[in-house]
Amino acid sequence: MRWARAPDARSLGWEVGLQVPAQVEYEKAASVEQALALLARYQPGARILAGGHSLIPMMKLRLAQPEVLIDINGIRGLRYIERAGGELRIGALARHADLLAAPLAGEHFTILHDAERVIADPIVRNWGTIGGSLCQADPSEDLSAAFAALKGSMVIHGPDGRREVSARAFHTGPYETVVGPAEMLTEIRLPIRPDSGSAYLKVARRVGDWPIGAAGAAVWLAGGRITDVGIGLTAVGAMHFVAAEAEEFLRGRPADERNLARAGEIAAEHCRPASDQRGPAEYKRHLVQELTTRVLRTAVRRASELAS
Amino acid sequence: MKITVTVNGTDYTRVVEPRLLLIHFLRDELRLTGSHWGCDTSNCGACVIWLDETPVKSCTVLAVMADGRQVATVEGLARRRALDPVQEGFAACHGLQCGFCTPGMLMTARWLLDHNPDPTADEIREAISGQVCRCTGYENIVRSVLWAAKHDNAAEGEGDRHEPRLRAAPA
Repeated sequence: MRWARAPDARSLGWEVGLQVPAQVEYEKAASVEQALALLARYQPGARILAGGHSLIPMMKLRLAQPEVLIDINGIRGLRYIERAGGELRIGALARHADLLAAPLAGEHFTILHDAERVIADPIVRNWGTIGGSLCQADPSEDLSAAFAALKGSMVIHGPDGRREVSARAFHTGPYETVVGPAEMLTEIRLPIRPDSGSAYLKVARRVGDWPIGAAGAAVWLAGGRITDVGIGLTAVGAMHFVAAEAEEFLRGRPADERNLARAGEIAAEHCRPASDQRGPAEYKRHLVQELTTRVLRTAVRRASELAS
Repeated sequence: MKITVTVNGTDYTRVVEPRLLLIHFLRDELRLTGSHWGCDTSNCGACVIWLDETPVKSCTVLAVMADGRQVATVEGLARRRALDPVQEGFAACHGLQCGFCTPGMLMTARWLLDHNPDPTADEIREAISGQVCRCTGYENIVRSVLWAAKHDNAAEGEGDRHEPRLRAAPA
């Protein structure tokens, strides 16, 4: 999906001053099948409406002008967090508050609770959805980095059935994903593997603001060595929200302080932050180095604690 | 589009444009002007109401999304002529000056105390962290909610306080 422009919606809002969405048609879907049928019928001007906490602000600013909204809030089977098939499965309509409140999520992936605590604010988390955040594909979005670190996958339903896409191939650019105009995201899947730990850290100017920079890490250990690692970065221009070179460096090496610090440096070298009102690129690069090292350290500690 | 929304226990049926925001539906259609229209960017929280018993920012929800759902606003807090303890707390502890943020603060405070009857000051600050007050510096708001928690608990023994208060329709 593609937006007309790729803006910083919140800061633009005060300049443009438009506060009411343009005229739009509205349909309710009670099932995934019905939502897909409505998407097909109203192509290409239809948009899925979940929590609306990204889409409605975009509509107020005329950055999104769908002709038809397809409200999926009535699809009962799409709001869940469960363990099945060796995975944690998150329904696309699960609210941010659901994920934060789910012991199952925190038990297997501490990174999810770390991240959810600093996503937007408690009231926005009550209604904003996981699937909506991912499909908005804001380049500063937190869960995209967390799911990339955890090497999850997204389940997408469309007219030709369902397909599963790696979290690392889901985003095709700022505000763009692989979800086609007649498709919808239905589920996020996170493989549950033993001997792992994970963590997330974000620096923002204040509660509810987008990050200046943020990093998430998941590590898998065997005998003090890192057998696998995922590092997600957001708001700093990392391709697919991943610090691939730092991951490559760590794989197979001992999980010691020197290596974790070096991984932070590599992550900082390879990201491409932009200078903006949240800070200069140089500062953001420094954040990436420091945050990456810290989340790796915490992830390793958590993995070790779980193992002992 | 024709919608029916239950607000503070009363059903309201109206024909609205799909683009109408819930805050404008409440204020302009139903003349329930207790909820305030503030920043309009889901930052300030003056418009917080409960949608199906969950606090949300009503400037970022369409009225049609509330069709068939329960809405509770600050007008539903008081029962008969008795103020809710959170309202009393804000009065007793000077939890407001200009009052613009107050309806949202009250709705969040009531929800917090329904789910966490004995919150710490930190938990209160976390709960209201998505809401902006430009008068009090938040200090008196935190005191007000602590006051309400104390008086909520004191009233526990008196009968009907175990149910979340907003479930019942006002008389």
